[in-house]
Amino acid sequence: MGPITAPSLAYTALSPLLFVFGAAAVGVLVEAFAPRAVRHPVQVALALVGTIGALVATLLLAGTEEVTAGGALAVDGAALFLQGTIAIFGALSVLLFSERAVDPARSAFVAVAAVPAGSVRDRELVTSTRVQTEVYPLASFALGGMMLFTASNDLLIMFVALEVLSLPLYLLCGLARRRRLLSQEAAVKYFLLGAFASAFFLYGLALVYGATGSVQLSAIRDAGVTEGGGTLLVLGMALLVVGLMFKASVAPFHTWTPDVYQGAPTAVTAFMAAATKVAAFGAVLRLLYVAFGTAEWTWRPLVYGLAIVSMLVGAVLGLTQTDLKRMLAYSSIAHAGFLLTGVIGLGPGDSGYGLAATMFYLLTYGLTTLGAFALLTLVRDGDGEATHLSQWAGLAQRSPVVAALMAFFLLALAGIPLTSGFTGKFAVFRAAIEDGAWPLVVIGLVASAIAAFYYLRVVVLMYFSPAAPDGPTVGVPGLPTTIVLAITAAATLVLGILPGAVLDLAQSAAVLVG
Amino acid sequence: MSDFPFLLAMIVVPAVGAAVLAALPATRQALARGLAMAVSLLVLLLAVLATVAFDPGGARFQLTTSVSWIADFGVSFALGVDGIALVMLLLIGVLVPVVIGASWDEQAAGTRSMRTYWAWLLLLESMMVGVFAATDVFLFYVFFEVMLIPMYFLIGSFGGPNRQYAAVKFFLYSLLGGLVMLASVIGLYVVSNSELGQGTFAFDALRQLDIDPGVQKLLFLGFFVAFAIKAPLVPFHTWLPDAGAEAPIGSAVLLVGVLDKVGTYGFLRYCLPLFPDASRDLAPLVLVLAVIGVLYAALVAMGQSDMKRLVSYTSIAHFGFIALGIFAFSTEAATGAVLYMVNHGIATGLLFLVVGIVISRGGSRQIRDYGGLAAKAPLLAGVFLLAGLASLALPGTNSFVSEFLVLIGSFPREPVFTILATTGIVLAALYILLMYQRVFHGPPRGVLAPPPDDAAPTDGGGSTAVLTAPAPARTSVLRDLSRRELAVLAPLVALVIGLGVYPQPLIDLIDPGVQATMSDVGVDPGGSAPEAPGGTD
Repeated sequence: MGPITAPSLAYTALSPLLFVFGAAAVGVLVEAFAPRAVRHPVQVALALVGTIGALVATLLLAGTEEVTAGGALAVDGAALFLQGTIAIFGALSVLLFSERAVDPARSAFVAVAAVPAGSVRDRELVTSTRVQTEVYPLASFALGGMMLFTASNDLLIMFVALEVLSLPLYLLCGLARRRRLLSQEAAVKYFLLGAFASAFFLYGLALVYGATGSVQLSAIRDAGVTEGGGTLLVLGMALLVVGLMFKASVAPFHTWTPDVYQGAPTAVTAFMAAATKVAAFGAVLRLLYVAFGTAEWTWRPLVYGLAIVSMLVGAVLGLTQTDLKRMLAYSSIAHAGFLLTGVIGLGPGDSGYGLAATMFYLLTYGLTTLGAFALLTLVRDGDGEATHLSQWAGLAQRSPVVAALMAFFLLALAGIPLTSGFTGKFAVFRAAIEDGAWPLVVIGLVASAIAAFYYLRVVVLMYFSPAAPDGPTVGVPGLPTTIVLAITAAATLVLGILPGAVLDLAQSAAVLVG
Repeated sequence: MSDFPFLLAMIVVPAVGAAVLAALPATRQALARGLAMAVSLLVLLLAVLATVAFDPGGARFQLTTSVSWIADFGVSFALGVDGIALVMLLLIGVLVPVVIGASWDEQAAGTRSMRTYWAWLLLLESMMVGVFAATDVFLFYVFFEVMLIPMYFLIGSFGGPNRQYAAVKFFLYSLLGGLVMLASVIGLYVVSNSELGQGTFAFDALRQLDIDPGVQKLLFLGFFVAFAIKAPLVPFHTWLPDAGAEAPIGSAVLLVGVLDKVGTYGFLRYCLPLFPDASRDLAPLVLVLAVIGVLYAALVAMGQSDMKRLVSYTSIAHFGFIALGIFAFSTEAATGAVLYMVNHGIATGLLFLVVGIVISRGGSRQIRDYGGLAAKAPLLAGVFLLAGLASLALPGTNSFVSEFLVLIGSFPREPVFTILATTGIVLAALYILLMYQRVFHGPPRGVLAPPPDDAAPTDGGGSTAVLTAPAPARTSVLRDLSRRELAVLAPLVALVIGLGVYPQPLIDLIDPGVQATMSDVGVDPGGSAPEAPGGTD
């Protein structure tokens, strides 16, 4: 065995990753050495520099097609588009994390997470104005993992990225300042089920390695072509897909989603709903299109079935929800199904619109859902956020702007034309029909109609119902949340009315190397 | 002059008007309604000017505008009208100011404001113009869906006691239909992509496609379901009585008068020319539904105790006639159907308005709460009777011409269905005249009854509606039509009689468009424009 040589790294091509991981590493140091008073502004600034720097870097790198780090990382159009998308969602989420005007205790995160819920110290903490700042490096690490996930050209790197993005998320879920037991339950649940998913992924990895002798996606593809795959390879692929579908909250691997979305601090839920979904689908696309793109028959029935189950579960179970966060969780499951219809549209020889459509959909869905969750943080009662449906009755009279924005986001999630949700849905459905998957599209349309009912129910409550006398108050958002709402609402509108430029961008970025 | 983008202006002007109204402070109600009226009259003026600029003998689509919109999808923002669309625009232009005038003095209950009502109304007008003027199928779909939102808020915020249910039912039915249509729209795009090498949504290009008959049937069904829900054909109709009954009167007029016509318009504009083989093959199915609709809705209408529901059911019967005219595949019948769409908008609009006036006076939607009104309000009774007679297509009223054209044009091709539908006319006479008789004649009943033996009608629907007339006190029921109400109703009354006597200008406008459509389906357009039956010439 010869000496181990360090693989050559294309630092420029990896600069988006370096920005975010750099911000995370420096953030840990800040946490250790900076005085408490300046920590919060410094951490926020650092996290924003990391995410916005990464975004700028992806824009500057546009057009790069390069495999680096000894074939372990692929920097191509799809990776850069999705990394840029994750960076945008990351920056917006950091802004939501940093909101200090809404909660009377000045932050949505508990100051000392290790204090047992309900203890004396815990009650003291409720009124304490100490602010938790570890969330920013944690979020940055998660973002770095997500961005790595979308660029990984190697199953091992993909697994490492999966862990890097998951572990900080487990922690973040447990950090809610209010309803702490719910939050901790969410964290444990997410961790346990996440560990299962990781195990599935690892087992699949081992099987694929056994079948092909390599963990590199391109090598797996070549092995599949020359040796025709075999049961081992297909089984391994299926297990890998199961692991990824868990992160993407695709039914039937969705059971954690409603609980975790409900228990986690709302800003973290927004972060997970938007950014984790992008990362997970980035990996799904890369795995299926690069490693198994020439063996479409192996995964097509699987993805087909998952898409149907996910759309129907999300749409039907969403009907029974009475909590807005849970409702949006089921909406997220349904949207995962719609995204899978885009994944189906690979097309012969990569010619389909599937990749571009799925990437565009990820961008539109993430922005809309971030906006919707941001609004949830504003409507509060004495016990924190008022997320029960009945508490939103008559909100339009109390706060016309919040109600109008919420109605707009919900219509976008329902896919009404002139919102980004419609453009995205149109794109993925077109990709699927081009590929002959019209039964899937018909089911998707039926699911959209069912899901529209629960989005509409909120609109009905806000606009057509009389306000409850002891209803919630609507907080005045500080600058960060205002910025988030302005950006997400503007994007939802613009991507609905004039999506041409971004669609072109997605189309030209629809390149996978490796 | 004909270079002026009339259609674009007719979409933009009310949309901008709606935005301005929404931005006005809530205290400026009087300014808001004046502005709303001015904007709607401006749209009417634009519609009239567009008609002047339109040359019936010219190209099929005129006043066209086309801008590339979403190049990646092959979508353009393309507008243009043929005679069929143009008369619908005229109908919109006439009805919206009338509707605004009709709710001039109404107050919104609670914290709701009439300013919002006018704003939604104008936005609805903008969307309705768009849906008729679009010549790009994608654009049509966009307007088709977005149009639901203003109507949803109009019903849900300003409707009767059961408005939440009605609004959601309306929205979901239409949305479901729209989504099924979306599948077909995408399907059309994919077919065009494989046939032309480049996907497009342009109506003129899609019309040239030679689609496989099996695929045609599927795509046809997608469009058909959407339109059959919109124009409600039995069995897709159950949302309309609820929506029609709960909507405030002005919105009900636009809902039944214009919005639902998108369905029948869609049959004619999209189903027939795009899928000619499927249309011919599946026509018997549509005709069966149409005739069932005519008879079933007429029977159900007779059993209604709620006046607004009754009028809604009569509309379902009328939509059956229109569908019969369209799917009989003759130029005469189709011309009659288009004319029917206009005339039904006018006649039913008028009927809804007078019913609304009766309800606002009496505070109840129930027929049994009224009786002997004619003695106290002879003018109201007269207009009501005229609207009713127009609705049952008495010769001399506008509806007669269209119904006659539909029946006479359909008979040679579909004698059985035509004969069956004709019995619907008899039923129409029954339900209209029965309602008229119970409400306006006989001994004073209900709200007009002498005070001692009368418990105030509290069970009537209208009394808890969000939109109420200023003072629905018991005595106000004695009031005949005010001058404002007369002025609002007069244009429609004039149109009922005018178009009944001299419909030829409209027919001349409609006919070339219908002939072009018929030649798309492969039916010989045959000869000249039909003459108006019973006309003055």
